[in-house]
Amino acid sequence: MTVVAVEDLALRFDDRELWHDLTFAVERGEFLAVLGPNGAGKTSLLRVLLGQLEPTRGRVVLDRSRIGYVPQQRVFDRDLPLRGRDLVRFGLDGNRWGIARLASPDRGRIEAAIAAVGATTLADAPIGRLSGGEQQRLRVAQALVSDPSLLLADEPLLSLDLAYQQVIVRLLDERRRSAGTPVVFVTHDVNPILSAVDRVLYLGPDGWAIGGVDDVLTTETLSRLYGTAIDVLRVRGRVVVVGTPDAEHVHHVH
Amino acid sequence: MFITLLGEHFVHTALLAGAVVAVVAGAIGVFVVTRGLSFAVHAISELGFTGATGALVLGLDPVLGVLGGSLAVGAALGVLSLRGRERDSAIGAVLAFGLGIGVLFLSLYQGYATAATNLLFGSIVGVDDAQLRNLAIVAAIVLVALALLYRPLHFAAIDPEVAAARGVPVAALSVAVFLLVALTTAEAIQVVGVLLVLTLVITPAAAAQRLTVRPGLTFLLSICIALVSTEGGILLSLAKSWPTSFFISTLSFAFYAAARVASARRGG
Repeated sequence: MTVVAVEDLALRFDDRELWHDLTFAVERGEFLAVLGPNGAGKTSLLRVLLGQLEPTRGRVVLDRSRIGYVPQQRVFDRDLPLRGRDLVRFGLDGNRWGIARLASPDRGRIEAAIAAVGATTLADAPIGRLSGGEQQRLRVAQALVSDPSLLLADEPLLSLDLAYQQVIVRLLDERRRSAGTPVVFVTHDVNPILSAVDRVLYLGPDGWAIGGVDDVLTTETLSRLYGTAIDVLRVRGRVVVVGTPDAEHVHHVH
Repeated sequence: MFITLLGEHFVHTALLAGAVVAVVAGAIGVFVVTRGLSFAVHAISELGFTGATGALVLGLDPVLGVLGGSLAVGAALGVLSLRGRERDSAIGAVLAFGLGIGVLFLSLYQGYATAATNLLFGSIVGVDDAQLRNLAIVAAIVLVALALLYRPLHFAAIDPEVAAARGVPVAALSVAVFLLVALTTAEAIQVVGVLLVLTLVITPAAAAQRLTVRPGLTFLLSICIALVSTEGGILLSLAKSWPTSFFISTLSFAFYAAARVASARRGG
């Protein structure tokens, strides 16, 4: 079953075209990674899916009523009067009108979502006093507690240590397997999600490609997408891309 | 003297009017502080003054002018939905221009100068029964709207991107907030005056946010601080005939200072 359909999509800012003729579908239960260098339009693609950015051409078809969204990290103000559990609660009933006390099943769902990201001891602290990674984990809990029919995550592993990266990837992987919720996962590094990812959408300077990791992350495909010689190596199970002009990629060696 | 005054009808009216305004100002103040709208509130209230002086020149009720001026600015700010530095400078520019018009209106107005003084610094003891009724109606509108919009309003104030992704009408809510702030400001002007609106709309909420991070408790504390400051200020001005606005602003500032000290001690 198709959850997201994207047809002939193009996005242009002033005179710079990020991508065009972009066509793909996200199926129920699928884990899709969106990769590409900085400025390739990964975040913009999510914003088009969310309906917050109008594409220059083409169309997207999806049900926007229950999207779980983990936005790109934006650290909360230090003095913001909000606890971690309040942030998670927004995911459950922040869009409902009126004032209401939480019913006890809902309270339980919030506690379970917080526990799943290992944040039980952080939930009562002011959110602005938590580290970037701790805030990020609570954001994932917020997205999951809403019982989403689609998950959109923008660099959700940023500032997480390796152990928590694995916790978050496992949670998203479980969700799509048990509830069929597809995951669109924007990242600059595919390695932490190699075990979970079904397909990769690579947005390059000279085009895009979609397919399995072994089809897209190849010397041949990436050289075509960058219009220059790129080498893709497999080192101890990790994907290493050499030769991209993007300094961050060389630095992270994925 | 003080005891006899307590039996007077105008004192009861003043205390009731003060209570009504304090509750609304304390409640909306939390949203104002969370969204960083202090300067916008100041602008809305000063242009309420322009509206009032305009009404005086035309021979209308200045309260209507306050409402008109505040709502016009509130709506404009909400629709433009400016952010950060741009919003700051736009508000400054419009505020100064509006106040200039207010000065012109005031010079054109041939009536009593006390009308202007009352607008600027408040005249709670001058509130009559009809005004009290109007204050209560507007307060009820604002409180009901706040209660209805509470959860999406809170969500959108803190986390607008995710709120929008969940289908919360973020832009419409921003306009709604400005309109509610304008109504509240028009109320508060009648108690503490144009220049001291912030003492009821900002200070109690800012103090409350220093004391707790629980959203529900923040509202409760903010309303209590606004209430105690207003009623205390009115009573003190009966005992010693200094301006009511002075006592109200002093009390609310004392709460704010105390809250800062308390939160600093907790290591905040």
